Amino acid sequence: MLNIKNLQAKIGEKQILNGIDLKVNAGEVHAIMGPNGSGKSTLASVLSGREEYEVTGGEVDFLGKDLLELSPEDRAREGIFMAFQYPVEIPGVSTINFMKTALNQIREYRGQQALDAVSFLQLMKEKMKLVAIDQSLLNRSLNEGFSGGEKKRNEIFQMAMLEPKLAILDETDSGLDIDALRIVANGVNKLRNKNNATIVVTHYQRLLDYIVPDYVHVLYKGKIVKSGTKELALELEAKGYDWIKSEVTVA
Amino acid sequence: MSTSVARDITSEIIDSLRQPFNAAIEQRSQALEQFKKLGLPGSRHEEYRFTPVTRYLEKNFSWTKNDIEGNIASAVGFLIPQLDANVLVLVNGKFNASLSKVISPASEITITTLSEAIRSQHVAVNEYFNKFVSNESDAFAAMNSAFWQEGIFVHVPENTPVEKPVFILHLNDATSAQVVTQTRILAVIEKGATVSVIEKSDSIGENTIFHNFAEEWIVKEGAHLEYCKIQNDSGKICQVSNSVIHQSAASKLNTFTLTLDGQLIRNNLHILIDGEQCESHFYGLYLLTGNTLADNHTVVDHKKPNSFSNEMYKGIMDGNSKGVFNGKIYVRPHAQKTNAFQSNRNIIISDTATVNTKPQLEIWADDVKCSHGCTSGQLDEGALFYLRSRGIAEANAKAMLLYAFAAEVLEPIQNHTLKAYLDNLIADRLQKNF
Amino acid sequence: MSKGNQVLEEITSKEYEHGWTVNLETDEAPKGLNEDIVRFISAKKNEPEWLLEWRLKSFRQWQKMTEPKWPNVTYPVINYQDIIYYSAPKQKVKPNSLDEVDPELIKTFEKLGISLTEQKRLTGVAVDAVIDSVSVATTFKEKLSELGIIFCSFSEAVKEHPELVKKYLGSVVPMSDNYFAALNSAVFSDGSFCYIPKGVRCPMELSTYFRINAANTGQFERTLIVADEGSYVSYLEGCTAPMRDENQLHAAVVELYAMKGAEIKYSTVQNWYPGDKEGKGGIYNFVTKRGLCAGDHSKISWTQVETGSAITWKYPSCILKGDYSVGEFYSVAVTNNYQQADTGTKMIHIGKNTRSRIVSKGISAGKSQNSYRGQVHVMKRATNARNHSQCDSLLMGDQCGAHTFPYIDVENNSARIEHEATTSKIGEDQIFYCLQRGIDEESAVALIVNGYAKEVLNQLPMEFAVEAQKLLALTLEGSVG
Repeated sequence: MLNIKNLQAKIGEKQILNGIDLKVNAGEVHAIMGPNGSGKSTLASVLSGREEYEVTGGEVDFLGKDLLELSPEDRAREGIFMAFQYPVEIPGVSTINFMKTALNQIREYRGQQALDAVSFLQLMKEKMKLVAIDQSLLNRSLNEGFSGGEKKRNEIFQMAMLEPKLAILDETDSGLDIDALRIVANGVNKLRNKNNATIVVTHYQRLLDYIVPDYVHVLYKGKIVKSGTKELALELEAKGYDWIKSEVTVA
Repeated sequence: MSTSVARDITSEIIDSLRQPFNAAIEQRSQALEQFKKLGLPGSRHEEYRFTPVTRYLEKNFSWTKNDIEGNIASAVGFLIPQLDANVLVLVNGKFNASLSKVISPASEITITTLSEAIRSQHVAVNEYFNKFVSNESDAFAAMNSAFWQEGIFVHVPENTPVEKPVFILHLNDATSAQVVTQTRILAVIEKGATVSVIEKSDSIGENTIFHNFAEEWIVKEGAHLEYCKIQNDSGKICQVSNSVIHQSAASKLNTFTLTLDGQLIRNNLHILIDGEQCESHFYGLYLLTGNTLADNHTVVDHKKPNSFSNEMYKGIMDGNSKGVFNGKIYVRPHAQKTNAFQSNRNIIISDTATVNTKPQLEIWADDVKCSHGCTSGQLDEGALFYLRSRGIAEANAKAMLLYAFAAEVLEPIQNHTLKAYLDNLIADRLQKNF
Repeated sequence: MSKGNQVLEEITSKEYEHGWTVNLETDEAPKGLNEDIVRFISAKKNEPEWLLEWRLKSFRQWQKMTEPKWPNVTYPVINYQDIIYYSAPKQKVKPNSLDEVDPELIKTFEKLGISLTEQKRLTGVAVDAVIDSVSVATTFKEKLSELGIIFCSFSEAVKEHPELVKKYLGSVVPMSDNYFAALNSAVFSDGSFCYIPKGVRCPMELSTYFRINAANTGQFERTLIVADEGSYVSYLEGCTAPMRDENQLHAAVVELYAMKGAEIKYSTVQNWYPGDKEGKGGIYNFVTKRGLCAGDHSKISWTQVETGSAITWKYPSCILKGDYSVGEFYSVAVTNNYQQADTGTKMIHIGKNTRSRIVSKGISAGKSQNSYRGQVHVMKRATNARNHSQCDSLLMGDQCGAHTFPYIDVENNSARIEHEATTSKIGEDQIFYCLQRGIDEESAVALIVNGYAKEVLNQLPMEFAVEAQKLLALTLEGSVG
């Protein structure tokens, strides 16, 4: 599904990604871990097409298309969904109105008819249950005055609505208490199937207790320095990142 | 009905003030032309709508001879107790050497009279004197540039922190007759230097006083200026001050203006942010009683990107007093990433006091964060009730809340002695008069 | 964001939709202004002597006045002698029903999307259409008259209800109020008149559509709405003009008079021709709008969506004279290209326990200048007055300007006045968030701007809200730099 080869990127004059190689197949969950400043969030941003980041080398193939050539909205329409670490607030725009606009533009791109109001509401009601989000929240301005947990739940609700092929969860666990974490993870798990894939970007192992990854990659200084299965995450939890750092320096 | 012919107050003033120009003659005559051209602002002048300085000068002054010597033997009662500072005293517009003392070493700071600095052709005077003062737009600034009597010149060399503050005292003695004073300050803080200046005006006597200030402050790259102005004149004074502060890149400015007394006080504070990464905090407090009218007109002009300004002025009006505030924020084209904030809060105590406020934003750059807020109201009744329900008498509760409202603006002041002094002034005023 | 600029280009190159002219035979006055022209207009309309006298008095006042220079706008000197002050579509006799109205006129209104016939019956809006200063048709008159509501053209009101017109004309905006109001008082040619009797709630929206059609013509209409005790009316005003190279003058006066317990809601969607991309042509919109809350517990609410005109100079105001009266002002003003707007409101608190609320949302793009100018004045005896003002500005691109000039004057210590203003641009992170959800940049900007203006748009009646949203989107989509 996703094939990243030797991806390099910088912001301003600062080189952050120094050659990432990663292959993600349908049905898989990959966790990207690493210490602060290792480039985790940059990787998520580059994949979703943030313009502040300049790709300086490498390639990304997504379902046979050159992802780096696509505009951010076309990436979304091709099936990439980013759950933001800090979801923005848009005053005066309700989540419902926002989702309706997004869903129908994606459908139009795919040559599908726009959903009428009734089917849209039906779909919405169904997806709301997944993340236990209340409709009154969705009637309010997008993320405005939402608590940290509500914002993250709203992200997963939007993910459920748009049914992406590849979901990238950028530090979704940050700022969540254990109950909110469980609800969010539960939503993500229900959305998993053999046709889609998930990349979980996280600093802590905690989230991976709930969203169990098939593969774990450790990012350090802009490179994947170690890959393994979910046991790697546990090992990291036990030993901390210094262990990886020293291993890298020795090598 | 009176049939008197309309007076040409501008000409009367010019005639009464004309005197042998002792220094900067050419600049004086240029300024005089500007003063004539502008004329004194009438009641319809947008910038002086609520502040009838011209009418006050017409009604309360005879423009004949205005060169009264002051007679003050000691400045002690007017100083800030325990403040170890360089003291410069001007009495009725003339420098008084015996009341003044400079304690900082000459390597740290140069402090002289302005006339002396002009005579000795100091480089900084040649470069900056009359450069930024608003002679073209404000009649009082032009009037000062034409007729100033004496002033203080302050110069701090590069990368020098001045340890002791500079205390400039303007005293007006109107015991024997009316007084007209025009004083001036030029301060040049060179790159990376730091200095704190306190300016205070006081007066004695029963006759009327007109005091017209003009001040130029040049704060160069990375320099840091703390500037505090205390207006506590007990006499019948009408005071107009034009202060221009020019900030270069990465400079830092803290100003605080406290207005407690006087008849008619008008402060024009004009801050030019002419470099990137500047920081500018300007605070003000006006606690007015009786018939005092205090008008603070501030301008912060962001000419370059990436700077920050924060303004907070607060006022409490009692008696027949009037508070006037006008705050302009300009963000010029290309001054992107400017953050500029302004707030003006007023409490009206009596039913004959008024407030006129006009915050004003003019923005020509898009990537900026600017806001202003202003309020006018009374004390929060909920808070008042809360205090009373804990057993505090209403009068004390009110004083406490007013003090809390006012004291917020003292926060940025660094010098503890100064802060304690101001704190006392405020607490005193609020206990006694409100 | 270079892409943003590109989108801006595309949007701003969109043609003005309402820019066509219609070949209507017109009946015109010669160019210029003098007492004879004033007499000519009055005679054309078969006006009574008192009205002619009122006009002449206004004209003499106007001659003594000078054009205001304080607004934050610049434009070339207007030659008042180069304007045609009266232009009426030629009609042989005054039509008695819509069937008799010139079919070209009906077509004009259909192009504007205003059908004067059945369609509106369904939506329940009664329309008075004013074209080049003359009211051409009013719908639903009978139905309204059953309730005692008078809704007709101004000239008709002069004939049929002279006592009402005489009593209230100039009672809120005196003839000498300002330069443009005096000019209007001298030469106004028509407009709408509305009277709601005691205790009547007007069951439908009343609406006036204004259009300038003839070249070199100024439009000077006058609207007078009187709401008697305990009545309610919601009034809508829309306007368009054809594209022309030269500037055209529009100087209207609107007077609202609310008696005890009455409520008037006045909504405007202003879409006069704004001039082309280089700033050529466009309407000078110099309008005086004022409402008087004369009675206790009365309420006047202004809502405006200003997207058109080369220059806008307009301050719909409320004089809160009655105790417990309420004034509201909701405004969205959008400027693009070389447009200039200086608009806002005045809330004059005179009565006790009066309240006012101001919500102003300015949006500037292109090389435009957008100013909010407002005054909140609490007079000495206005005990317990309350005001809350929120003035926000949104800038798109680095060549436009946003300015805020609020005047707050308080003479009573029990007043509580709060004013807040912010200036910002559309956040790039907001746009990116939308993009990431598959929404294109144009729609993203439209979404965010409509969200930004929502508090104001919500105040508009349904049909207008949709039109207003479309107008906002049309002028601004994607214009983020």
